[in-house]
This record gives sequence, C-alpha cells and structure tokens, in this order.
Amino acid sequence: MASTIDLKGLVTWLELADAVIAEHADELTQLDAAIGDADHGTNMRRGMAAAVEAVAAGQFTTADAMLKKVGMTLVSTVGGASGPLYGTFFLRMGGALAGKDEIDAAALAAAVEAGIGGLVQRGKAAAGEKTMLDAWYPALEALTAHPGDVAEATRAAADAAAAGRDATEPMIATKGRASYLGERSTGHIDPGAASTALLLDALARAAAGETA
Amino acid sequence: MIGVVVVSHSPELAAAAVGLARGLMPPSEVRLETAAGTAEGTLGTDAMAIVEAIGRADDGEGVVVLMDLGSAVMSAQTAVEFLEPEVAQRTRLLAAPLVEGLFAAYSAATIGRDLDRVCAEAEKAVDAKKKQLAG
Repeated sequence: MASTIDLKGLVTWLELADAVIAEHADELTQLDAAIGDADHGTNMRRGMAAAVEAVAAGQFTTADAMLKKVGMTLVSTVGGASGPLYGTFFLRMGGALAGKDEIDAAALAAAVEAGIGGLVQRGKAAAGEKTMLDAWYPALEALTAHPGDVAEATRAAADAAAAGRDATEPMIATKGRASYLGERSTGHIDPGAASTALLLDALARAAAGETA
Repeated sequence: MIGVVVVSHSPELAAAAVGLARGLMPPSEVRLETAAGTAEGTLGTDAMAIVEAIGRADDGEGVVVLMDLGSAVMSAQTAVEFLEPEVAQRTRLLAAPLVEGLFAAYSAATIGRDLDRVCAEAEKAVDAKKKQLAG
C-alpha cells in the first residue's frame, strides 16, 4: 500500500516516463506517420529527456515548482503540438499542487483534472475526437474512483488510459493534423493517446515503488 | 511603435517572410522579430522562444504576432501565459494569414498606427486578395 507519492516518487515517474517513451519512440512516430506528421516519438523523446535533465539540475522542494519546470521545458523543447499540450498539462497539474511535497490520491486526481483543463483550453478538443483526451478522461475517472491508495489509483488510471488509447482506433479525427484525413483517420490509434497511456503506466509503476 | 513577431515551424519561412516584407516596403523603424524552428534547427515551435521574441519586439506600445499554423498557434497561446500581465495585455495573436497579415501589420505599424488599428489592418488583409479574385 502506498497512500501517497512524494517528490522522489514524482522524479521516478518522470525518469520511468522518459525511458518508456524512448523505448516506444519509433512506435509513436509510426502511429503519427499514419495520421499526422511522423514526429511524435522523436518530439516526445527529446522533450522528456530535457525534462528529466531539468529536474535533475534543479533543487525542488515542492511538487508545483518541479512540475512547472517540467511544463516549461516541454513547451520549449518538444517542437510539435504535444509541446504546448503536455507542457500546459504539467503547468496546470503543478498549479493544483501548490506547496505540496506529498500527494495523496485525491490531490493527484484534482491535479490531473486541472491538467486536463489545460489540455482542453489549449487543444479546444472534447472526448471522442481521437485525441489524448480519450486516454486522459478515463484515467481521471479511474483515479477519482480510487481515493484511498495512490498505487491502486494510478494502476487503475493506467489501465483505463490504455483502454482509452485502444478506443481511439475506430474514431474519426476532427482535431489536429489527423482531421485533414477525415474518415481515413479511422483504423489508427491516436499517437497522443498512446503517449498518454505510456506516461500513466510510468506513474503507476513509480507509485508502486519501482525505481528508474 | 507596435512590434511584429513572426512565428513559424520553419526558420527559413520566417526569415523569407520578413525579408519579403522588408524588401517590398520603405525603410521602417518597426521591430520585426521571429521565433521559428526548434533549438535543434528542426521544424517546430518553441513557446519560450516566442516569449523572448515578443520581449524584443515590445517597446511598451504593443506587439502583434503572426503565426503559420497548427502547433505554432498553440505555442503562441502558451507563450502569452508566460508574459508579464501588462505585456500580455498589449500582445495580440492574429488570425490573419502569415504573409498578408505581416504586410498589413508591418505597414500599419510603420506609419505609427496604434495596436487596435494594426490588428484591424492585418485581420482584413486577406479581403484585398478575395476582392481581386472575385473580379
């Protein structure tokens, strides 16, 4: 049982996320090649590596300072749309954790909800439009449903995000580059939903005590 | 004087658009800045680079930002969140097409128009082309 995740756990999350994104970078780029501009894996790999480096270089005593640094690094280094999207997510997530160095499941759910608010504001998308939101919304629902234990909550969120990612396959994109393809965007998993599922899997592993 | 920022995925496109505007117009004191490409020189946009470009373009009167498309727009919106509130207040992101909007904004700024007027000129810049094609 892990009722909370601390700053060290958040750092581990980012390190595990960096590793899993690097491992799946080619796959993310291939998904993006089918319906986008074939740079999602490369961009995310560059951004996450820079974020981990920035976090390692700084001395952070609160979750908000650390996650805001991650957000600022992503908006500056990713290059594609996932930069402002994930960057804004982390900025808003940090904003919801002001002054905290230990986060329980309820605070984590509230922070993820704030992050999703940033994604909606930035991407002007809604559920069912074949975007990363289709992984984030089910994840938030799962987090909220497990208010007691962070490890349990994040595992449920990661599983829900993976199911959400798979559910983007038959969807028709109406946002982003994939929307130019219209009905031809169906039959492909959304790359943003795929990277979101990877980030949440890394979070669940960090919350369960795995080390990078 | 109103400053102008060009945001593009491509450093070459931004430089060429600026070169075209400067080359086809009389000499101007307008601060014309670009934020284009990633730090590694690949296609992409960098919100922090846009923040810096807006800072260079701003002399206190205001800045208009022209963008190419897609994530350039999202990065520009993100950049505005990082500006000091009073700078954000006088920074406008324009829906105008990049080349037409740049010409109109640059001309209006050159003759000393204020922020609202520069924006209005840029936003109606595509109308001239539409009229020409309609004829």
